Amino acid sequence: MIGLENKKMSKKIIPIGPYHPLQEEPELFKLYCEGEIVKDVEWVTGYNHRAIEKLSESKPFEEVFFLVERICGICSTSHPFAFANCMEEIAGVEIPDRAKYIRTIIGELERIHSHLLWVGLAGHFLGYNTVFMWAWKYREPVMDIFEMITGNRNSYAMFKIGGVRRDIENDKIPEIKQVLDLVKKKNGMLTHAVFDDPVIHARTKGVGILTREDIINYGALGPTARASGVQIDVRKDDPYAAYPLVDWKVITAEEGDVYAKAVVRFLEMNESISIIEQCLEGLKKEKEGEVEVIVKEVPAGTGTGRHEAPRGEVFHFVKTDGSQYPVRHKIRAPSYMNIATFKKSCIGQTISDATIALAAVDPCYCCTERMAIACDYSTGKKILDGNELVKLGQKRTEEVRKNPGIDHS
Amino acid sequence: MTSKDLINTIRNKIKKGILDWNVKSDRRAFVSICPELIVPFADYLFQELKFRFIIASALQSKKGFEIYYHFSKDEIGFILNVHVILPEDKPEIESLANNFVAANWIEREMHELFGINFLNHPNPDKLISEGNWAEGVYPYRNKEI
Repeated sequence: MIGLENKKMSKKIIPIGPYHPLQEEPELFKLYCEGEIVKDVEWVTGYNHRAIEKLSESKPFEEVFFLVERICGICSTSHPFAFANCMEEIAGVEIPDRAKYIRTIIGELERIHSHLLWVGLAGHFLGYNTVFMWAWKYREPVMDIFEMITGNRNSYAMFKIGGVRRDIENDKIPEIKQVLDLVKKKNGMLTHAVFDDPVIHARTKGVGILTREDIINYGALGPTARASGVQIDVRKDDPYAAYPLVDWKVITAEEGDVYAKAVVRFLEMNESISIIEQCLEGLKKEKEGEVEVIVKEVPAGTGTGRHEAPRGEVFHFVKTDGSQYPVRHKIRAPSYMNIATFKKSCIGQTISDATIALAAVDPCYCCTERMAIACDYSTGKKILDGNELVKLGQKRTEEVRKNPGIDHS
Repeated sequence: MTSKDLINTIRNKIKKGILDWNVKSDRRAFVSICPELIVPFADYLFQELKFRFIIASALQSKKGFEIYYHFSKDEIGFILNVHVILPEDKPEIESLANNFVAANWIEREMHELFGINFLNHPNPDKLISEGNWAEGVYPYRNKEI
């Protein structure tokens, strides 16, 4: 570890996790600090290995959808989407246009609520609980749309090989549009409030920078990559569902810092709303009820399927042998690639910036939230617990707010 | 540049060690190569042709241990799956983690789940098995084969 050989220096290890208010997911980040500065980061995982890939081999394809839907609690449709793309590639199936529109609507609604959730959390870590309240307040109407069209606020169970399980009836379209108008208006307000705030600029600009080379070397994805000027988006690059049928653009930024990642996410939400509006228009032209083709069997073969989830590309690889069960099912979620970039984004930052730098790639949150206490390994004394770490980040925002001119670097 | 051009470029550049091509469509192709070729082949894809490393998938079959390295050429939405077969009694292959960091975690994961050894890996520590299962136990190995 960098600098650890020199034991005379005051070295502190700050563990974030395995259960921690910042990462509501069992992972452990050990920050090796010298004074205020993070010198190295070590990552430990495996606390919640659920053997989903192995479990999938014991389930028929129809049940695998419900299994992969439960990989992630927030972007619960990403994995079924990628799995459906994968299976349809093996079976050589083209789904009806109405099903394509419905899939795209679900995928984009999910992006909106996931990005709003991130905006809220980022606001919270910076000590902007107003942003947190607003973002989560306007996330609720999106969840309500989900409840109306799928029956669930999360884990929608909409996907199947050959189409979708439920139709979105045309008489629901005006109500969906009404909610979208509200979300659009409020999202605009929130975007301006954040973009115009000098304190947020001071706290996020130049923090946690990832260069283009870092992104390519680490294979980072989604908004994390796009905020560093790497224009990759599966929806555009490898078009599927209704994405080639509607007009939209890929949002990128060049700076690679936390602010750039926020900008990308805010502007992407507008694109998502536009995509959904166009898909709703598309639905009106298609006949109601034609939402699937029947696929009786899946031949032996190998397939790859991907979907641009809110955090980046979800990738599924399946090998089949002609039976109803996958022989091998490999799943790669975007956070698997994005989390590794912490090695680059956190080192050299202060501890108070580490919280937002860690949160900037939107590591997928799920599972229980518990407390972690940091100790100085040599004395065993408590240094910081999770809440204190968040408070440290908030305190720094407060200082910047009171005295924007001071140099905190 | 289309996927056909890319495949022809690879064919012209690398003459030895490629066993088989299976071009499924404009956007999907599989290539089987000798395990010894993996480092120069992957390096050529990543450095010269600017492919992105997506991930690698290991599996066990009657042929032995198989690894599919998935590479993406994002500009044209093309996925190239590089396939190698390793003998069951000696599943060993050179690590790609020295060529790009993205391969670091997945190779450690494949080692812990399947017992495939990645030679010259820069950081061969445990990734997911720590405290979960014992050393030398490879839970994704299929006993029936």
